[in-house]
Amino acid sequence: MKILVCIKQVPGSNNVEVDPVTGVLKRSGIQSKMNPYDLYGIETALSLTEKYGGSVECITMGPPQSKSVIVEAVCMGAEKGTVLSDRKFAGADVLATAYTISQGIRKCGDFDIIICGKQTTDGDTAQVGAEVAEYLDIPNVSNVLSVDEVADGKVTVTASLDNKTVKMSVELPCLISMENDINTPRLPSYKVKQNIKDDAVKFLSFADFDDQNSYHYGLSGSATQVERIFPPEKNTEKYAVMGTSEEQAGKLCDLVCKLKMI
Amino acid sequence: MYNKITEKDVAALRAIVGESDVLVGEEISPDYAHDELGGIEKMPEALVRVYSTEQISEVMKLAYERCIPVTVRGSGTGLVGAAVAVEGGILMETTKMNKILELDRNNLTVTVQPGVLLMELAAFAEENDFLYPPDPGEKSATIGGNISTNAGGMRAVKYGVTRDYVRALTVVMPNGEILELGAKVAKNSSGYSLKDLVIGSEGTLCIITEAVLKLVPLPKVSVSLLVPFKDMKSAIEAVPEIIRSKVTPTAIEYMSRDTILFSESYLGKKFPDTKNDAYILLTFDGNTDEQVEADMNTVANLCLEIGAIDAYIVDTEERKKSVWSARGAFLEAIKASTSEMDECDVVVPKDMIAEFIKFTHALSDEMGVRIPSFGHAGDGNLHIYICRDDLDDATWKQKLEVCFDRMYKKAEELGGLVSGEHGIGYAKKDYLKKQYGETPIALMQGIKRVFDTKNILNPGKVCF
Repeated sequence: MKILVCIKQVPGSNNVEVDPVTGVLKRSGIQSKMNPYDLYGIETALSLTEKYGGSVECITMGPPQSKSVIVEAVCMGAEKGTVLSDRKFAGADVLATAYTISQGIRKCGDFDIIICGKQTTDGDTAQVGAEVAEYLDIPNVSNVLSVDEVADGKVTVTASLDNKTVKMSVELPCLISMENDINTPRLPSYKVKQNIKDDAVKFLSFADFDDQNSYHYGLSGSATQVERIFPPEKNTEKYAVMGTSEEQAGKLCDLVCKLKMI
Repeated sequence: MYNKITEKDVAALRAIVGESDVLVGEEISPDYAHDELGGIEKMPEALVRVYSTEQISEVMKLAYERCIPVTVRGSGTGLVGAAVAVEGGILMETTKMNKILELDRNNLTVTVQPGVLLMELAAFAEENDFLYPPDPGEKSATIGGNISTNAGGMRAVKYGVTRDYVRALTVVMPNGEILELGAKVAKNSSGYSLKDLVIGSEGTLCIITEAVLKLVPLPKVSVSLLVPFKDMKSAIEAVPEIIRSKVTPTAIEYMSRDTILFSESYLGKKFPDTKNDAYILLTFDGNTDEQVEADMNTVANLCLEIGAIDAYIVDTEERKKSVWSARGAFLEAIKASTSEMDECDVVVPKDMIAEFIKFTHALSDEMGVRIPSFGHAGDGNLHIYICRDDLDDATWKQKLEVCFDRMYKKAEELGGLVSGEHGIGYAKKDYLKKQYGETPIALMQGIKRVFDTKNILNPGKVCF
């Protein structure tokens, strides 16, 4: 079984400042890390190949330094990975990002399962996974809690629908986006890091893709434009609603009505 | 002998602290009869919640005049019965005195009341870009309790113990007199250090009502390494090698697979790796990535050379949480794995740790009792738990006594001491007496008499 995990490099801290003039995230001097939600995807992939055999690869899109998340994934047990990096990809919204990744995946080969994290901690859109599946024309399941079985060309997963779970069987190849906190991701190995081979990380750019229309990528390929980025207002005011579930619901309803929130 | 608390005393106490903060008889929760480990139980006659130094002074004046014993209690997270009112009397709870009073950025100190919790102080320091280095596993302990036991914790390898961070104390003497001991100064050669006598005295000399604590700038980078070994012997034997490498990790903890599995089951959360029998967990901190990475690489390479199976990198908040939250729950997890347990908190010279642990394994086999352990491999302080499991009462008591006797004897042979950080309290005083002998104990008793002429403060503890 061949599995591909989509990962992303994000700021290492949630306390990233926004430049009040340009509205851009101040990334200089901020450490970066792998999107924590993607770790659950990598762990799921590695557990599946331990059970069913096969290999795990990773793919990321970003500046050249995104290579470090591929290295990290390899240290966790992935075989290799690909960085999609090109100035033409800059400024991409979710749609252009998903398209770029789908083009990249096509160049990486065929996979039985593509796994994504639920969302990223910097963008928080939770849309890229589903859109990649759409571009690749394969089935997609979001909010997956567990992969229960892979057999007869199908994968059976349990997914969350907020207040209930649903079990479904999906034909391979498919894309699944994992919920967070569903497993404990393994730690990267120092031993593997010391022996990592050069060919473990491959770079692909616009020139490598089948679709050579640059208007499909980056800012020009984006359907949405970001007008302004601003940090959310911090509000530390607390109000505890006590009582039974019914009493709490009643009090909460009164409160939000009083505050004119509904 | 002590006087029993009368209705008149209760009225006088209520006049000092308020009606609702003096509880008597069945109003007092049974939880106040013991500390976290249990075993030593006695209900106080009155539970008095205090809010200020002045209130404590007034309560002590009354207790002194009426000759009523007083035992001070913080969060009750102690493990040796130090905060149990074994003579009855007043149990004085300081948890309501939980304010952080001052952050002095010029002198790098923070002034706190004794009921501030360690986790609150740690978070406050961090929010202000400082570090309060003492880091005992029990984060819900109060600072007053930490000072009273001279708590150490996981960062002691690099940063030392609570005593190293106490600049000054405000205390109330058994007769109610309020004193300031030490000062907000970096050096002090001004006579006998009374402040240092009070630190670690387990509430037997006076009552701590305020503390000025030293802070250090918060290191900007911190990375942990989880190093698996094929067995505990190889893991523990790696520690002296790490220490000889001259890299100073912030923490060097050892843990066995069994203990990790208890923790998994207790927390309901998987540990990142449980394939191997033994692990060493190290942390490195510093101000640059390069410096911390160089230290980490030195130790990781060394561990691999001497037989480690791998070295896992714990570099993000999420990863640190998955590893350190398990480490923080070990005590509770072992407790939940058995019907009853008792603990031994010996400290031995760092190069004797491997020998002591091997000894506990042999003792466990010989006695037929489970003796899980974990602890601070980097500073020689071990936490060893003797588990009752399904032993009957008589067998349990007999085996426990033999195990304790032999472990304390072995620790002494190896140049160690009875307690590294949990204190002596009530439970370990016989072992202290055995090890120290007549003169040191007589000196301690003499000090106690000078501070507490009527022996009303936490009587029956440490050296009596």
